[in-house]
Amino acid sequence: MPSEPLNPSKPNPGLPGAPWLAKRIIACLDVDAGRVVKGIQFQQLRDAGDPAELAFAHATAGADEIVLLDITATSDGRKTLVEMVRRTARELFVPFTVGGGIRTLEDAARVFDAGADKVSINSAAVANPALIGEIAGRFGSQAVIVAIDARRGAGSPEAAEVYVAGGRSATGKKALAWAHEAEARGAGEILLTSMDRDGTGMGFDCELTAAIAGLVSIPVIASGGAGNAQHFTDVFTTGKADAALAASIFHFRNQHFGNQHFRNQQFGTHAVAELKQILLQHGIPVRWPC
Amino acid sequence: MIAIVDYGAGNISSVKKALEHLHTDAQVTSDPSIIASAQKIIVPGVGHFSRCEMLNQNLRTPVLESISQGKPYLGICVGMQWLFEGSTESPETPGAALFAGQNSRFPASVKSPHVGWNQIEIKNGSRLLCGVKNGAFVYYTHSFRAPMIEQTVACTNYGGDFSAAIERDNIFGVQFHPEKSAETGLKILENFCAL
Repeated sequence: MPSEPLNPSKPNPGLPGAPWLAKRIIACLDVDAGRVVKGIQFQQLRDAGDPAELAFAHATAGADEIVLLDITATSDGRKTLVEMVRRTARELFVPFTVGGGIRTLEDAARVFDAGADKVSINSAAVANPALIGEIAGRFGSQAVIVAIDARRGAGSPEAAEVYVAGGRSATGKKALAWAHEAEARGAGEILLTSMDRDGTGMGFDCELTAAIAGLVSIPVIASGGAGNAQHFTDVFTTGKADAALAASIFHFRNQHFGNQHFRNQQFGTHAVAELKQILLQHGIPVRWPC
Repeated sequence: MIAIVDYGAGNISSVKKALEHLHTDAQVTSDPSIIASAQKIIVPGVGHFSRCEMLNQNLRTPVLESISQGKPYLGICVGMQWLFEGSTESPETPGAALFAGQNSRFPASVKSPHVGWNQIEIKNGSRLLCGVKNGAFVYYTHSFRAPMIEQTVACTNYGGDFSAAIERDNIFGVQFHPEKSAETGLKILENFCAL
């Protein structure tokens, strides 16, 4: 039995008034044929570097987790994935997620064996929802992120629909119901991407994020639309997100980050530190110093 | 040599990787004789407490004998929970009962699982947490947690205080994942390796 009573409301030692658990900033690296790339206006892909080096640089700079998303279209290019995961995982001591092209339990087993802590599954989970439970049953729920790409246009969050195949195909599934089902089937986290906001820089879809975060008890990672630091504050408060995914804002130097001009050095690794300091000033608990 | 005990509970390659980073000789094993010959033992684990059944069936004796010989033991996550009497997650699965109390689920007032980086409030005098700053962040992913006990050397507050780390003599346990907790976690593993 406990020797002393539990204290349900002990103040956060680092940030009085805030909960203890930090909101996470997750760096996402899109990888094509073994190189980190970033689409500019969805058009040309710019080469931003080596996945292992960039993952390490982001983790060192303060990213709380790393997601490596394989966007390789060709099967030839995909062969490099497992080796790349192994190389990236070797010196990475923060949680490491791999997504893109994981269709079966065996695909997942290969990336876990190479050192990934979690897999992110999207289209394959929609096509075969039992896959969620298969991976969770063998590797644990904490190892399964179900990624949901949702679009609602001018509709309510309840109207948001799930898309697959990189956002090209509508599924007819409602995002809220799918998030609920994913949790019930054993997903450990939901990665919610707003297709309405993705690439716009207008901010996260806080309304949709809050609707899903209120529905499930597993963490919700918000993605799509980040343009400035205020957008992160918004998604952690009104959006009720547990974590936020950020990609392009971290990669390139000389980025204008809303009104904040980030003094990015190579690949913008300073951006995450500056973002966290701004969040702390707004009373959002984050892991800092890292 | 440190034996990293493999009893089928999740990804243990990351613990091995962290020890390699620290230039420590470690072997992932489920062989009782290798466990018996190791200088130190790490029991990692993530997931359901029922996974301890395999630990109980084949490896309980060599692990407990090593502990009674004074060899340092580090339990991570489920490997720490196993040190207690049991868990409400799987009431039919006994723990090692080296510490008093049961692991239990978080209260409904907080989201469960508890996933992410949280802070540890450290008691003075912990050997495992030597050199770790009070309030340091560590990475958690779990739905059940150990109670606060006399041997608690660090606590985290989430739906009330729970044991983030326990230690007594040569027995150590951490609920968080040092192998995924960046510099803070590596420092803790380094402290264990240096015992």
